[in-house]
Amino acid sequence: MGEMETAPKPGRDVPPKKDKLQTKRKKPRRYWEEETVPTTDGASPGPPCNKKNRELRPQRPKNAHILKKSRISKQPQVPKKPREWKNPESQRSLSGAQDPFPGPAPVPVEVVQKFCRIDKSRKLPRSKAKTRSRLEVAEAEEEETSIKAARSELLLAEEPGFLEGEDGEDTAKICQADIVEAVDIASAAKHFDLNLRQFGPYRLNYSRTGRHLAFGGRRGHVAALDWVTKKLMCEINVMEAVRDIRFLHSEALLAVAQNRWLHIYDNQGIELHCIRRCDRVTRLEFLPFHFLLATASETGFLTYLDVSVGKIVAALNARAGRLDVMSQNPYNAVIHLGHSNGTVSLWSPAMKEPLAKILCHRGGVRAVAVDSTGTYMATSGLDHQLKIFDLRGTYQPLSTRTLPHGAGHLAFSQRGLLVAGMGDVVNIWAGQGKGSPPSLEQPYLTHRLSGPVHGLQFCPFEDVLGVGHSGGVTSMLVPGAGEPNFDGLESNPYRSRKQRQEWEVKALLEKVPAELICLDPRALAEVDVISLEQGKKERIERLGYDPEAKAPFQPKPKQKGRSSTASLVKRKRKVMDEEHRDKVRQSLQLQQQQQQKEAKAKSTGARPSALDRFVR
Amino acid sequence: MKARAQSLTAQYLRPKLTHPGPRGNQGPGGQTPAHQRNTGWVEKRKPHPLTAVSSPASPFYAGPSLHGSCFSHALYATELTCTSRAIDGNRNCFAAGTEIAFLRLPFLVHGDNDGEREHQKLLEAISSLDGKNRQKLAERSEASLKVSEFNVSSEGSGEKLVLADLLEPVKTTSSLATVKKQLNRVKSKKTVELPLNKEEIERIHREVAFNKTAKVLSKWDPVVLKNRQAEQLVFPLEKEEPAIAPIEHVLSGWKARTPLEQEIFNLLHKNKQPVADPLLTPVEKASLQAMSLEEAKMRRAELQRARALQSYYEAKARREKKIKSKKYHKVVKKGKAKKALKEFEQLRKVNPAAALEELEKIEKARMMERMSLKHQNSGKWAKSKAIMAKYDLEARQAMQEQLAKNKELTQKLQVASEIEEEEGGTEEKVEELLVPDVVNEVQMNADGPNPWMLRSCTSDTKEAATQEDPEQLPEPEAHEVSENSSSQEVLSELRVLSQKLKENDQSRKQKASSEGTVPQVQREEPAPEEEAPLLLQRPERVQTLEELEELGKEECFQNKELSRPVLEGQQSERTPNNRPDAPKKKKKEQMIDLQNLLTTQSPSVKSLAVPTIEELEDEEERNQRQMIKEAFAGDDVIRDFLKEKREAVEASKPKDVDLTLPGWGEWGGVGLKPSAKKRRRFLIKAPEGPPRKDKNLPNVIINEKRNIHTAAHQVRVLPYPFTHHWQFERTIQTPIGSTWNTQRAFQKLTTPKVITKPGHIIKPIKAEDVGYRSSSRSDLSVIQRNPKRITTRHKKQLKKSSVD
Repeated sequence: MGEMETAPKPGRDVPPKKDKLQTKRKKPRRYWEEETVPTTDGASPGPPCNKKNRELRPQRPKNAHILKKSRISKQPQVPKKPREWKNPESQRSLSGAQDPFPGPAPVPVEVVQKFCRIDKSRKLPRSKAKTRSRLEVAEAEEEETSIKAARSELLLAEEPGFLEGEDGEDTAKICQADIVEAVDIASAAKHFDLNLRQFGPYRLNYSRTGRHLAFGGRRGHVAALDWVTKKLMCEINVMEAVRDIRFLHSEALLAVAQNRWLHIYDNQGIELHCIRRCDRVTRLEFLPFHFLLATASETGFLTYLDVSVGKIVAALNARAGRLDVMSQNPYNAVIHLGHSNGTVSLWSPAMKEPLAKILCHRGGVRAVAVDSTGTYMATSGLDHQLKIFDLRGTYQPLSTRTLPHGAGHLAFSQRGLLVAGMGDVVNIWAGQGKGSPPSLEQPYLTHRLSGPVHGLQFCPFEDVLGVGHSGGVTSMLVPGAGEPNFDGLESNPYRSRKQRQEWEVKALLEKVPAELICLDPRALAEVDVISLEQGKKERIERLGYDPEAKAPFQPKPKQKGRSSTASLVKRKRKVMDEEHRDKVRQSLQLQQQQQQKEAKAKSTGARPSALDRFVR
Repeated sequence: MKARAQSLTAQYLRPKLTHPGPRGNQGPGGQTPAHQRNTGWVEKRKPHPLTAVSSPASPFYAGPSLHGSCFSHALYATELTCTSRAIDGNRNCFAAGTEIAFLRLPFLVHGDNDGEREHQKLLEAISSLDGKNRQKLAERSEASLKVSEFNVSSEGSGEKLVLADLLEPVKTTSSLATVKKQLNRVKSKKTVELPLNKEEIERIHREVAFNKTAKVLSKWDPVVLKNRQAEQLVFPLEKEEPAIAPIEHVLSGWKARTPLEQEIFNLLHKNKQPVADPLLTPVEKASLQAMSLEEAKMRRAELQRARALQSYYEAKARREKKIKSKKYHKVVKKGKAKKALKEFEQLRKVNPAAALEELEKIEKARMMERMSLKHQNSGKWAKSKAIMAKYDLEARQAMQEQLAKNKELTQKLQVASEIEEEEGGTEEKVEELLVPDVVNEVQMNADGPNPWMLRSCTSDTKEAATQEDPEQLPEPEAHEVSENSSSQEVLSELRVLSQKLKENDQSRKQKASSEGTVPQVQREEPAPEEEAPLLLQRPERVQTLEELEELGKEECFQNKELSRPVLEGQQSERTPNNRPDAPKKKKKEQMIDLQNLLTTQSPSVKSLAVPTIEELEDEEERNQRQMIKEAFAGDDVIRDFLKEKREAVEASKPKDVDLTLPGWGEWGGVGLKPSAKKRRRFLIKAPEGPPRKDKNLPNVIINEKRNIHTAAHQVRVLPYPFTHHWQFERTIQTPIGSTWNTQRAFQKLTTPKVITKPGHIIKPIKAEDVGYRSSSRSDLSVIQRNPKRITTRHKKQLKKSSVD
């Protein structure tokens, strides 16, 4: 056992001959040493109770925990006295082994950074001691929680798949058959084709867990199945054109946009509702955290239906004619609508007007898709262009590509792969990894189908792309498309019926109100400045003075006749002058900074130096 | 008569003793006797008693007739030069009326002895009464008891009688001195002060008591603070629980007792397995130690070597630095230059890009040298040589050399292209305007071996290439500069363009390769026809367009009408651009052109690797593009969008309030408008709102309306310790829900602040709980411990109060 412990672990850079070093080094701090102090050799075993030591720190009530400053680098807080170090043996355990890696395991900083949410770049105004302590507490809390979250990343054991061509080989040339041959049987079974030529081009939708697949053909064929086991849940013909199909929060409910009205079926194909207020619906989107079903109709209305209470939350007139391009931003639940005048408008049920309008194409917009982080939006238009926009405030195109036919359908995968359906071909582009935009230079995969594409969706938590086309439904293998790790409490593909029911209750309890949808979902963590200021103004009016204004300096009277009026005035003036000087200094600094900026702006132009005049 | 006068005097005197004034002490009877009042009145108007007396109309004299006669008598007496006797007889009459009589009477009486002199005085006094040359008389403001009829003079009454004076004999004797001293001592002893009044004493007591209590209570401050800041408080507050001993400590005290255990221990010992204390077996230890020693030796040797090497190098460098020989340095320099040249040659062969960079660096160095005036014959060395040059051939040569070098450096290379020669005439003029004369002088020498100059010839093409780089942005500056001198700009642009066209064929390949990444901002680049779809073939700027037409080399499908809104958009963009104070970043943002956003030529997918996709042939493609172009010829999305945006901006702007009343103060009526001045005066300008978020984003309209539904969920009142909303925001930025946190973190974040155990009594905190010794005399002890806290003032007051 001893050998095991001392042997340097692979991967850690601990020198093998650290015995000598360790004797010199300070004794590592153990988890129990916070409270107790090592006993001497002669002392009886068991809980050491050194009375002296306890008396040294009498003021520390045990039930009042005070946050420590930093947790990443934890240092022993109380410096031990030298006489406590007399017997290093007593620190050893029974086997004599010493912990070679004392303290908590280190956490990589960049992983921690990922979970940090406080924006420390903004400099706060000077704060009082009390406020500062509160801020410190908040920061320490954030650090602690993010460290804990970073540690728990260890539990995400699965890794995303990938496809790599042999030196210089283009991955786009690898066809499905090759992939199917290469992968294991279970994965190979995920590639299949459903030949349904009779009922026309299909739209399809995967449930949120990625376990179930529903598809509806234009000529009325609606079916839902557990696509992994290929177990059919229901299959009906609604005897009406089906425009779109979508699962609601669970696989038990299915919304079908039919020729006239919106219908809702259960997983046995029984029609539960016919919603006549949503008529001539062309596209459906479901916002899972708000329990909202967004419908875009031919009449130009965007309607939000709360499926938990069955109420229409908002019906917004887009004033842009027929709506048939819609997608949701999974990050902030904003609905993106594409219009025939080349714009994409962003909608929230809380506002009657679009939150933003982006001019994307010269022709009409044919398809819109937003990636799972809400950072990138892909659009394709009638001008045969495919563009990727940055949604983080600038709304500028990051990359553009002209496609020979133009893409009619777009979809993002969970890990940021972009698929475009062009005629009967699907093209998939991949980025550098999660959170990076797909690079449109080289397609990652291509596939040709038996008919023109009509619906596209990546299956969540699987490396599978579902394509609905006029010849049926195809399930393609796309390595690296899905998120490898799923949250068992949130969307568990393997959940039982009971688990689903429990999850449903929980999800309903955590339902987010519809009016909270806005462009920046973190806006709720901000103070409503406008009403705050209004309230302040009103208060000042009511009181007749500003209670928070800084009181003018009033010199304290000095004793022994020093506080003549003249000297008081003098002191007052001194302080006033000092303040004034401060102000002047600050403004001067500002000016200087501006000048420097300007100078820099000039100098960082194309030709920087004064030597330019010599260049012709 | 005499007796009556006396009683009158007495009556007259009585009010004088208490005096506050004639009206102040009216008797209880209410009616003051007339004469009494009279006296008061008279006294007030001392200077002219007689006139007052002489007014018979006064109501006070409506009294007994006897008085009247008396007065008349007195008057009569004053009129006359009366004898002392007559005055004697009338004395009391005087007393009733005037004071002078009183004052003078003693003298009069006294005057009996002195006779003539006194009489003279009296006469003077009386004569002074007529007011002309009145003597100043000793006045008496108050009646005193000392005034009597007897001959005690009130003169010198102001002097104090000192005790010692009484003792003073006619002659001073020493025996009395001691008594005198004693008397002095008695006098110097001060009296005991009055005690403070009750309120003051109480106040001092209160103050002291307050200080004491505050002191006593202040020992709780850290405890209270700690409890307030504590994450969690568990009530009832408990004593420390005995810490759970770590298992190893428990085990270390354990010994093998049962036979089985002992057997196992024996076995272990037989193998020399460490049981209790040592970590390693002796063999292991030995081997480890040996290893470490060896390695340590090796390492030490290595370190030594490194150190020695370093010191050698240092020494060498120091020595070389100290060498003063110029020749040596020259040789070294030359060697270095040669080496660098060789390396450069090699680099050019191996890595042309790196070589180019190197070249640029060299050029820069060259430029610096040129700027530094090193070869201008102005240095110290040059001056000294100039003096010597007359006589010394070598020096002359050296100077010549330097001059030649200078010429070579400062000469300007003439761009040897035909275009320039074509447009020579105009070009020269422009250049004369632009370029300082100094540069023009040396311009003629075209064939200097200056690589830097050579490069500038080809720089135009390079510029074209670099324009794609969004970082460089040479264009905006050019715009700024050339706003007023547009003709020059046009000319230079013409030149650039023509050159570009010439080199188009060569550079196209380059461009194609460099355009792999999507160009974000490009303004001027005429897109190669074949690569961009026809739909996008609209030139961005009218200037460019005209130039193109002028040149007549590129046929482009133009639509003037369509390009107009674009121009507008550009203009609106450019206006903020002109402001000099706009920070650079913004400028960069403003450079985003709506037109460019939509018309950037994007690489088309040609490398669809699947053989199933047949690439469109060129002709087919072109046909299709033409078709698309025709299909969208009618609608201009950009113009519509810009219009919409303008409307949105207008709608969101705060409106001005116009309070002008037409016809007020001037003519009104149909067709008459209030004057501009008036309108200006009564127009209340709305404050300019914050800049729009989409100000620099031409292709975006961001709605700036407030979302009241969301605002209803936001915090609108800052909680207590925070003074700025940023501070508070920082504390609520971390989510506490279980969705975003691990289970442990969630539990920790949502722990209740106070936990109370059910069924337990929560007692108030005691001094012992927090480690203080509690005592009933704690108050005193506190004070005694640091008495300095009580101010000296307090101490004095305490003393005072204790004395009381």
